[in-house]
Amino acid sequence: MSSPTSRSGLLSTYDSGDYYCELLGSPATPHPVFEIIERQLSTISEKELRNRAVAAENDMFDLGVTFTVYSEKTAIDRVFPFDLIPRVLSASEWSVIETGIKQRVAAINLFLADIYGPQHVVKDGIIPAPLVFGNPNFRPEMQGVKVTNGVYVAICGIDIVRDQAGQFRVLEDNARTPSGVSYVIENRRMMLRAWPELFEGLGVQSVDSYGPRLRQALAESSPGSGGDPHIVLLTPGTYNSAYFEHVFLAREMGIPLVEGRDLTVIESRVYLRTIAGLRRVHTIYRRIDDDFLDPTVFRKDSILGVPGLMDAYVKGNVQLANGVGTGVADDKAVYAYMPRLIKYYLDQEPILSNVDTHLCAEPDGLAFTLANLEKLVVKPVGASGGYGVMIGPRATIAEIEETRLKIIEDPGNFISQPVVGLSVCPTVCDDGIEPRHVDLRPFAVTGKDTWVLPGGLTRVALRKNSLVVNSSQGGGSKDTWVLFPEAAE
Amino acid sequence: MLLARHAEAAFWMARYVERAENLARLLDVQQVFANDSRDPGSWRSMLVLNSDETRFLGSHGSVGRASVTQFYVLDQDNPTSILSAIHLARENARALRPLISTEMWTQLNIFHRKLYALTPADLGEARLPRTYAMVKEGCQAHTGITDGTFFRDEAWHFYWLGRWVERADQTTRLLDIKYHQLLPRGADVGSAFDIGQWNSVLRSAAGYYAYRRMHSQSMSPATIAGFLLQNRAFPRSVALCVNDMGNALNDLRSRYGLRGGAAALERIDELQAELNGRSIEGILAGGLHEFLDMFQKTLGLLGGDIAREFFHHEEVVSQSQSQCQ
Repeated sequence: MSSPTSRSGLLSTYDSGDYYCELLGSPATPHPVFEIIERQLSTISEKELRNRAVAAENDMFDLGVTFTVYSEKTAIDRVFPFDLIPRVLSASEWSVIETGIKQRVAAINLFLADIYGPQHVVKDGIIPAPLVFGNPNFRPEMQGVKVTNGVYVAICGIDIVRDQAGQFRVLEDNARTPSGVSYVIENRRMMLRAWPELFEGLGVQSVDSYGPRLRQALAESSPGSGGDPHIVLLTPGTYNSAYFEHVFLAREMGIPLVEGRDLTVIESRVYLRTIAGLRRVHTIYRRIDDDFLDPTVFRKDSILGVPGLMDAYVKGNVQLANGVGTGVADDKAVYAYMPRLIKYYLDQEPILSNVDTHLCAEPDGLAFTLANLEKLVVKPVGASGGYGVMIGPRATIAEIEETRLKIIEDPGNFISQPVVGLSVCPTVCDDGIEPRHVDLRPFAVTGKDTWVLPGGLTRVALRKNSLVVNSSQGGGSKDTWVLFPEAAE
Repeated sequence: MLLARHAEAAFWMARYVERAENLARLLDVQQVFANDSRDPGSWRSMLVLNSDETRFLGSHGSVGRASVTQFYVLDQDNPTSILSAIHLARENARALRPLISTEMWTQLNIFHRKLYALTPADLGEARLPRTYAMVKEGCQAHTGITDGTFFRDEAWHFYWLGRWVERADQTTRLLDIKYHQLLPRGADVGSAFDIGQWNSVLRSAAGYYAYRRMHSQSMSPATIAGFLLQNRAFPRSVALCVNDMGNALNDLRSRYGLRGGAAALERIDELQAELNGRSIEGILAGGLHEFLDMFQKTLGLLGGDIAREFFHHEEVVSQSQSQCQ
């Protein structure tokens, strides 16, 4: 690794400290294209960079690449903060991630087909029964349901971090309705407008084929797959904060964006209300949680869903992506068993490691967690968005004690992990270009095969020293570059 | 095939933008009138003919230039203000985002932001003409971008259907309000003063020079009313709007093989018969206000026909319900 003083331009004072830097690499394996990037970064002044960043943000606002916060009277559109310095993955780094994700998605789908089918994994004692059947996201309604091609999870977003040694580790599986892929594609379009010269000579893989790939994968798992299946994207509506993404995906796939009230079920078949009457629907990419999908089966008060949808699904007349009840696979406690599940179903060693995880539901895990609270990250099992997470080394004594009481009260609801010193990436901050922690969410699409979009959502914790990258907690995003093999090696 | 909900959103997006533009035109000409006549009653008549008087008095108190202007331009609580119309146009556009062009969305977005940035100072007498010009241009930019970028499938037809319905409705309102204020009275009949007022009515509809070309010899309330109602070439005339509605609906039905829309077509025939079956003198003799009132009601029923036949509403969508779109 080159020392700070030997660098020039924008990165002349940059110091990644003890963390693995995504642009510098490590002393043993310096980043293969760092020199090119550094040279290209140095052709632009910090002032110019900031001007471009402001222009890019204004563009995103005008184009409506926003999430919407509604109050009683007004709709406030906000831009997900975007950092102009990209995160760059070499072809060999990407290959690890790509094969690791395919392996994991395969295991997740086999696991779901098993627990909603013969349940061998429980009978063979690989995973405790209560963890599966007592899980709030386990849906008994799915027992014995035939899912086309066994594709329960057609769209998977797996959160990956990199530790201080530079090793990739899976932090979380998102097998329900992972979001953020629209930002991957919009960030790239924004980068190409704002800083085209930075791409020169690097060979960055395109992210533009996500829409057609997803549409194809959904068509492959459509029931009665003959002909041209009618696929729609089901959104909770314009009031949903991810509505932009739903619009984006519907447009990229060229399919109708519908709400629950646009659909109706007659004799276990799903129809769309059009100006010419009802039209049959074969596949629904739904961006609505299980709970709200069908008020006759799940939450009675849901007005977002479609009465009778579950019946049509169970009878095999409509395919849902993702399937119902996939949440049991991305639970933080089931996560701890994922390496064992990969071995069990695929007879392979996991390509991507987990972060060591202690289950408070187990006596050993509980004892270890309670004895080491100040060193550990404690997470509630079911929550998402970074809520309820306690980071021991950053917490006050009062916060630690509060967490202790919560764990004792309901041990099964918590896991703990060592603090991972997340890798950093140079980021435009108020006081200059500084290291900020990042993670990575690549997106995998599964039809007959699994395909991983070469890129992903790199989320960045914009607050200094923060390890929480969620947008709800002051996070932003970066463009993620995956290089072609010939350019990198 | 187009979603019923999207057809409805396209119809209403067009209506709200058209409504905002016409409101700006109406207020602009009202401003000129009020300056000329020093007649506080003219501000009240605007409230009366828009059926807004009760709501206005409930929240604003005294009727005057400043309060009525504020009510119709910037009042977020008033569903008939320019601000509300553009807000609702944008909410419909939001529902339509999978169908409309990115440029359409971007323009409405920026226009919306510009309107929300207006302050009471922008409604001062000196700045007001510029403010109205900005609103008109924003609406016209929307129309132009739509013409140039909106994919011309079913949604496009519903968009234009909405636009013609709203424009026809608004032109009848402009005429209704101004004809009342300008009915010849006693010594004023035919005076230069009167003519100046009529000029500004035509100007507000961008029809002054077109009218001059058609009627270079005379300018009478009757020929002006006839021009606004019956001329087949003037873009804001009621007859032209009704004609285009019929074309849009016929085109929609034949091109996409839709069976619905028969009741709406009959209603359009009815409107055409009312307009073309009589001379303007005959209409005036029967009472212009009564004619316009009947016409607006029939347009409302047409909106209901369209909602029932294409948006599959059980109930008739009235003007007031439409505000909640």
